[in-house]
Amino acid sequence: MSTKLDKKSTVPEQRSPSSAARRPAKEQRFADGGGVINVFSHGFLAIWAIMIILPLAWVVLGSFKNNAEIGGSAWSWPSHWGFSAFGRAWEKGGIGGYFTNTLIVLAGSLTLTMLLGAMAAYVLARYEFRGNRVIFYMFVAGAMFPVYLALVPLFFMVKNLGQISPLLGLNSYVGLILVYVAYSLPFTVFFLHSFFRTLPTAVHEAAMMDGCSHARAFFQVMLPMAKSGLISVGIFNVLGQWNQYLLPVTLMQQQGSGDPDRSMLAQGLVNLASTSGYASDFPGLFAGMTIAMLPVLVVYLSFQKQVQSGLTSATLK
Amino acid sequence: MRHRKYPFIVGFLFLPVLLYTVLVIWPYIQTFGYSLTDWSGVSPTMNFVGFKNYTALLHDDVFMTALGHNLLLIILLPLVTIVLALFFAFMLNVGGRGGTGGIQGVRGAGFYKVVFFFPQVLSVAILAVLFEAVYRTDGGGLLNGILIKLGLENAQQPILWLSDPDLVFWCILAVLIWSGVGFYLVMFSAAMQSIPKDIYEAALLDGSGRSQTFFKITIPLLWDTIQTAWVYLAIAAMDAFALVSTMTPPAGIYGGGPNHRSEVLATYLMRNFLPFGKAGYACAMGVVIFFITLILSVVSLRVTRRERIEY
Repeated sequence: MSTKLDKKSTVPEQRSPSSAARRPAKEQRFADGGGVINVFSHGFLAIWAIMIILPLAWVVLGSFKNNAEIGGSAWSWPSHWGFSAFGRAWEKGGIGGYFTNTLIVLAGSLTLTMLLGAMAAYVLARYEFRGNRVIFYMFVAGAMFPVYLALVPLFFMVKNLGQISPLLGLNSYVGLILVYVAYSLPFTVFFLHSFFRTLPTAVHEAAMMDGCSHARAFFQVMLPMAKSGLISVGIFNVLGQWNQYLLPVTLMQQQGSGDPDRSMLAQGLVNLASTSGYASDFPGLFAGMTIAMLPVLVVYLSFQKQVQSGLTSATLK
Repeated sequence: MRHRKYPFIVGFLFLPVLLYTVLVIWPYIQTFGYSLTDWSGVSPTMNFVGFKNYTALLHDDVFMTALGHNLLLIILLPLVTIVLALFFAFMLNVGGRGGTGGIQGVRGAGFYKVVFFFPQVLSVAILAVLFEAVYRTDGGGLLNGILIKLGLENAQQPILWLSDPDLVFWCILAVLIWSGVGFYLVMFSAAMQSIPKDIYEAALLDGSGRSQTFFKITIPLLWDTIQTAWVYLAIAAMDAFALVSTMTPPAGIYGGGPNHRSEVLATYLMRNFLPFGKAGYACAMGVVIFFITLILSVVSLRVTRRERIEY
């Protein structure tokens, strides 16, 4: 997904409002004589904001309605406020189980992605050896290819891994974790590689002089210094892996009647949507959507500055 | 150096490179090979058929329809998203009524940024299910509900949105734009913040208006970022799998309907691979998707090349 643009990207620093010198009010203004335009563009901003908030609020509200109210009119109001739909979505709809599956996979894949990605990026950025460039470009090239190119053989590769151990293979947590890690590595390595190059060498050399081993210098000296870069790329990977749909749909289908349902939340929600029509439990579906949206909303609102700057700096590098 | 370097290098690189080679590089290479066979994916037998899969693709109407839809997306999605995102970013960063600080955004800029960006953090499957409910074909759907309320639509004959062959493609495009604008808005904002304020102030003193400032200063200085955004969006336009496969009929076999009017390459590939058992044919499609993506990236970087402006 990333592209190699030979750019000297300037990642903007967060300016504090105080750094902009306060000037006396000018006679001339941008908006002078642009009253109509002003109203128009302000209105447009407001309309777009409503377009975002309204559907989301409408879904949350829908979790409290009953079937007749949802089917009747989009403008109906819940007649009584109860949380029964949430219970149904969590238990019967399986959202609770899907949530657990997603947490297990994301915890594993994120830890491994960051660890392996940082290790590879560090060695490639800081050590001279034969084959360094080849390995680095192999990683970078991977970011240019669409997943669809690998999809069919990947499916059979994972299937064959299942022959080695029942823990791997299709519809297994470890299998999906490894695939997530492998496909997150190109961008992670690419980003951290440029980051490790910019870190000062003096501290590292001092540690080595004091008899620190290479590995220890990495874990105790370099990693803490690279914290900001790790956070940026970490956020990027959380969102990317949370957003994955194609890989779980391809790799996490039940392989028989006895196979447990290990769907990710995204898949589970889609399954719920296709079955809620038959079961006619739309409030349950809306509640399921709300449950899936809320944690992200909370995390995003608490860390929105880091999320936004992390994502944009990660993509502009 | 007191410690030996090579054991450390090998030790650190071994796992990432192994994992990456087995699960990414090797499947990429295999796809090219499989695309030259008639392999079903189920049976162990496969015969080499040369470029037969590729010639079959050329005569496959559904494939051609899907390709057309992808190309239309490649043109429309970046264009609309970038125009909207640029406009919003300009409004939020330099479009305000100068107040006391000279150049600044409109009031409430922070709030708008938070709200506009939110769809980006929702998983794409949530978006698909959400918009299925919004596009519902009766008065219970949000969109029909609004139109009926405004008196623009007859409640007895609601618009069928995703089930209407003429509308389904535009419904999908709308969701892609709706969710993407916020991200690019934030990306452009970050780039605009790095433009020195005195450039804007000089323009202001020279009596430049808002639109002039936008076209003569903001756009040229942001060109690099716009280029990057264009490539990302074009690559995203080659995908669209999650939305099309979940929102459009027929359910269960990766959508693409009604009557293939929303078919994209990704959904057609998946349908050939799993339900139809044509692994070789699906691989050939994967190769086509790869080459289009490659050409896209190269072309868009070439075409949009300009003098770099230092500031």
